[in-house]
Amino acid sequence: MSAVFEQIFQVGFLAAIIRIATPLAFATLGEMFSERSGVLNLGIEGIMLLSAMTGFTATSLSGSLWLGVLVAVLTGMLMGALHALFTVALGLSQHVCGIGVTLFSSGLAYFLYRLIFGQQSVPPNIKGFETLPVPVLSSIPVLGPAVFNQFSLVYMAMLAIPLAAFVLYRTPWGLSVRMVGENPRAADSAGVSVIATRFQAVILGGALMGLAGAFLSMAQFNAFTFGVVSGRGWVAIALVVFGRWDPWRSAGAALLFAFVDALQLRMQASGLGHIPYEAFLMLPFIFTIVAMAVMSRNAVAPSALLKPFRREER
Amino acid sequence: MFRLEVRTSTPAWFNLALPLLAIGATLVLCSGLIALAGAGVLEAYGVMFTASLGDSYAITETMVRAAPMIFTGLAVAVAFRAKFWNIGAEGQLLAGAVASCFVGAIPMPGPLAMVLMAVAGAAAGAAVALVPATLRVKFKVDDVVSSLLLNSVIYYALMALIEGPWKDTFSGYPISPPIEDSANFPVLLEGTRLHLGVVVALIAAPLIWFLIVRTTLGFRIRVTGENPEAARYGGINVERVLLSTALLSGALAGLAGVGEVGGVHFQVMSDISPGYGYSGIVVAMLARLNPLGVVPAAIFLAAVMTGAEAMSRATGVPAFLSDVIQGTALLAMLVALLFTAYRIRRVGTAR
Repeated sequence: MSAVFEQIFQVGFLAAIIRIATPLAFATLGEMFSERSGVLNLGIEGIMLLSAMTGFTATSLSGSLWLGVLVAVLTGMLMGALHALFTVALGLSQHVCGIGVTLFSSGLAYFLYRLIFGQQSVPPNIKGFETLPVPVLSSIPVLGPAVFNQFSLVYMAMLAIPLAAFVLYRTPWGLSVRMVGENPRAADSAGVSVIATRFQAVILGGALMGLAGAFLSMAQFNAFTFGVVSGRGWVAIALVVFGRWDPWRSAGAALLFAFVDALQLRMQASGLGHIPYEAFLMLPFIFTIVAMAVMSRNAVAPSALLKPFRREER
Repeated sequence: MFRLEVRTSTPAWFNLALPLLAIGATLVLCSGLIALAGAGVLEAYGVMFTASLGDSYAITETMVRAAPMIFTGLAVAVAFRAKFWNIGAEGQLLAGAVASCFVGAIPMPGPLAMVLMAVAGAAAGAAVALVPATLRVKFKVDDVVSSLLLNSVIYYALMALIEGPWKDTFSGYPISPPIEDSANFPVLLEGTRLHLGVVVALIAAPLIWFLIVRTTLGFRIRVTGENPEAARYGGINVERVLLSTALLSGALAGLAGVGEVGGVHFQVMSDISPGYGYSGIVVAMLARLNPLGVVPAAIFLAAVMTGAEAMSRATGVPAFLSDVIQGTALLAMLVALLFTAYRIRRVGTAR
C-alpha cells in the first residue's frame, strides 16, 4: 500500500493537479462572474467546446498559439453576448437558454470542425504550448517544478484568481456586478444600468470560458476532439456553488476537484485490483454531487440569480 | 416607437404558429451554414426532406427515430411543467436501456419479456431521476447541475458494464449480449424497422396529456410549477409532487431506452443514444410543454436527423448540421415564446 502511496504523491502528481485545475479555474471564475450578476450560464459546456475548436483551428491555420488563444477568448465573449441577449435583454428562461446555447455551440463546433478538417482517421495536431519555467521560483524543491514549471496559461490562471477577487470586491464595476446580482432594483435606483452590467459580466465570463477551452485544445491535448470538454463545464457550475460564489473559494474548489481527478488518474494507472477504470472516471462526478449536497444547505446564491430584470415591472 | 405590452391571453392558433415560425427561422439561419459548405441550400433541404419524409419507407425510418424522442420529450415536458429541471433524460434513457437489456436476455415467453422489459426500464429511469429530485427536496441541490452530472455517472456505469462483465467475449467488442429473439419487439410493417415501441410512444402522448390536463396529479404538477407558494397554501405537498414528477419523468425517459433495445438495437452499446435525452428538451420546448405537441415536434427532429445523413452523403455538407438545427430551433422557439407573453404595440412618438 505504501508503494502505491508513494507512487501517487510525487512532484508529477502535484503538477498534474495544477494542470487539471487550470481550465476548471478559468471556467469556474467565468461562471462565477456571470452568476454574481444574476445570470446562470448553462451555455458554459458548449462555449468551452466551441472556443476549444476555434482556438485550435486558428492556431492550426496560422501557426500562432496566442492568436488561437485570442480567437478562443473572442469566441467565448461572442457566445456570452448571445446568452446575455436572450437572458438579459429579452429576459428568457436562463435554464433553457443555457441548454440552447450549449446545444447550438456544440453543434456549430462539430459542424465547422468537420467542414474545415474533413473526416480524418488521425485527428490533426498542433504544436501546443510548452512548459515555461519561472526563473528562480522553479528551483524551489518539490513546489518549484510542480507549480512554476508550467504552461504560461497556467500562470495566467494563477494571476486570474486574485485579479478576479480584486475586480469583484475592490472596484466600482465589481460593486455594480454584486449589486445587480443581489438587488437589481436598488442598483437601478442608484443609477447603475442593470442590463449593461449584466451584459458585461456575462461577456467577461464568456471570455474566461474561452480561455478554459483554449487550454484544453492548445495546452492539455494539442488537438480538438468531440470529447475535449466532456462535462468540465457542468462541473464548473457545481464548483461555483461549492465555492459559494467567491473567487478564492471557487478556485479552491477547482483545486480540490483537480486533486480528486488526478488521484483517480493515478489510481487507474497503478491498476488497483480489478476495479474497472470507469469507476475512477465516475469518481470526480460523484464527488461533486456529494460535495454539493453537503454544501448547498448553507450556500447563499446571489438573490437575483435566475430573475430577469425589467424596469417597468414590479 | 414600439413598446412591449404584457399579454393576458394568447389565441389558440399560436400553439401551431409559434413552433412553425421558430422552425422557419431556424431553417433560414442554418441555410448560411449550408452555403458556407458550398452546397445549394434548396438542394440540401430538398434531399433532407425526401430522405426523411419522401416515401413510405423513409417515413417509417423517421418514425423509428422519433419514438425515443417522443418519450424523452414527454419526460422533459412533464418535468418542466412542475419546474423540476430534469436535464438528465439522457442518463435515464441509458439506465432504462441497460435494465431492459438485462431482463430481455432472460429466456421467457416473448410477450411477458416485453412487458417486464418495459417495467424494468421504466423503473430504472425513475430511480435515476429520483436522485436529483431527492437532492433538491432534501438538500437544496440545484437539480439542473445534479441531473447533468448524473448523466456522466450513468454513462461510465454503462461503459463499465459493456467493457466488463457484458463484454462480447467472442468479438471483444464493447457491446452487451443480445436479448432473446422472442423478446424482440414485433415489426409492424414487413420490410421496415417500424416496431411495436413506436405505436406505444404514439399512445403514450395522449395518455400523458390526459394525466396532465385532467387528473389530480396533473393539476398538482401544474400548480407546483406555476406557483409553488400558492400550491403549498392550497394544501399541496410540493416536495411530494416534485418526487412524483421525477418518477414519472424518469420512467418515460427510461421507456425511450427500452424501445431502443427492444425495437432497434436488441442490445446495448456505448452509442445507443445520439443525445436523445438532450433532444427531448428541444422537443418539449417546441411543443410548448404540451404532451400532444411532443409528437409532431419529435417527428420534426427525427426527420432532420434522418435527412441530415442523406444530405451529407449527397452534398458533402457535414451531417452535424442537424445538431446546429436542434440548438437553433430551441433558441428560436424561446424567442418566439415572447409573443405569448408580450405583444408589440405601436405607440405615438412622444416628443
